[in-house]
Amino acid sequence: MPSTEITFYPDGPCVVRGPVRLVDEHDEEIPNRRKTIALCRCGRSRLMPFCDATHRAAGFVTGEKTDPGSGEH
Amino acid sequence: MNMQMDGPSTTPLPPPAGPLTEALFERLQRPPHTLGELPAAGDDPLGGDDHHLALYVCSELAFRGWAGVDSEWEWEPSLITLRLELERAFEGAVLDAIDTVPDAREGDVPTRLRTAVEADESPSVARFLAQQGTADQIRELLAHRSAYHLKEVDPHVRTIPRLPYRAKAALVEVLTDEYGGGRPEYLHAELFRKAMDAFGLDGTENAYVACLPGVTLATVNLMTLFGAHSRWRGALVGHLAATEMTSSEANRRYARAVRRVGFDFPEATHFFDEHVEADAIHDVVCVHDLAGGLADAEPELADSIVFGARALMLVEERLALHLLGAWEAEASSLRAPLQTVAPLAA
Repeated sequence: MPSTEITFYPDGPCVVRGPVRLVDEHDEEIPNRRKTIALCRCGRSRLMPFCDATHRAAGFVTGEKTDPGSGEH
Repeated sequence: MNMQMDGPSTTPLPPPAGPLTEALFERLQRPPHTLGELPAAGDDPLGGDDHHLALYVCSELAFRGWAGVDSEWEWEPSLITLRLELERAFEGAVLDAIDTVPDAREGDVPTRLRTAVEADESPSVARFLAQQGTADQIRELLAHRSAYHLKEVDPHVRTIPRLPYRAKAALVEVLTDEYGGGRPEYLHAELFRKAMDAFGLDGTENAYVACLPGVTLATVNLMTLFGAHSRWRGALVGHLAATEMTSSEANRRYARAVRRVGFDFPEATHFFDEHVEADAIHDVVCVHDLAGGLADAEPELADSIVFGARALMLVEERLALHLLGAWEAEASSLRAPLQTVAPLAA
């Protein structure tokens, strides 16, 4: 089984490379023909759930990666 | 003896645009020979019609070529010398124009690329067309862009073997997508040809070169030049990254313009819609993996990568000023009228 990788790009989308099935909250499949997809993280895309680069004009900032030990419990 | 008299293209050489192209085109229709002394172009090396048509026609010999021009001309040493002279004059003019614009050189390459793109104050052709463009103005834009989009990313391919591994994988990933991922109907050049067909334009390669001013040909000559020389591999990467960074938004506006003038069907809109989504992916891959990857492996190329981005914005700003200047004066932006056939609709 080939592995799937998700890259979290700073101030931008998550890019998924590798086989993946996309479904909505009703388990309906979201059509996709691409090998590499970018998923919106800023919430402003007009192509949801895919990125359309609107994050750039919106000035979206992802912030630093959180250290797993530092979360509140 | 010449076994192959023509290039694979069916398009003949365009009419000349000045003393250099007049002399050069007459020679190119003969069997390859030493060019000797030719008249100088004498116009602006940054966007002159004669200068850039001569360079475009010479460079095209490495792509699809010209009907009636022996493909052996591609490697004729005196033609290569002429091409290099035209390229050096163009490079020099671009470097001079950009030297006057300050660059803080702060941050890593992805940050510097973002700073450069955000500092760009060029007027937006896409916004103009989305708000008030006519079908004829969209037709003109398609003709201008046909010189590149009918061979979209072909100029970038030669850079692949010149890159270190992470940047190489990123460039191949982007180019594979541009080339349709193995499906010819998804080649971006093919989607563009369909949009041209929809608007009643001839999608044959270089069919409209005779109509294009030097400021348009300069935008193509710039990336062909960056792609042809190993020493410009950084600039080619920065140029592509800045293209992708600005592409999704521009194409969303072009798609709106195309629909607004009544061409709301897939053949006309697919090219633009496809670029909104595809280039949002290419954007991050080019900025972080391609440009960032190259700068991590070869830090001395950082300035060259940023230069490529700023060179793109320089030639694109000059083209935008030309297009909007013509359209605001209700004139054509082309050197010769467009020959069209019946459009699909509207």
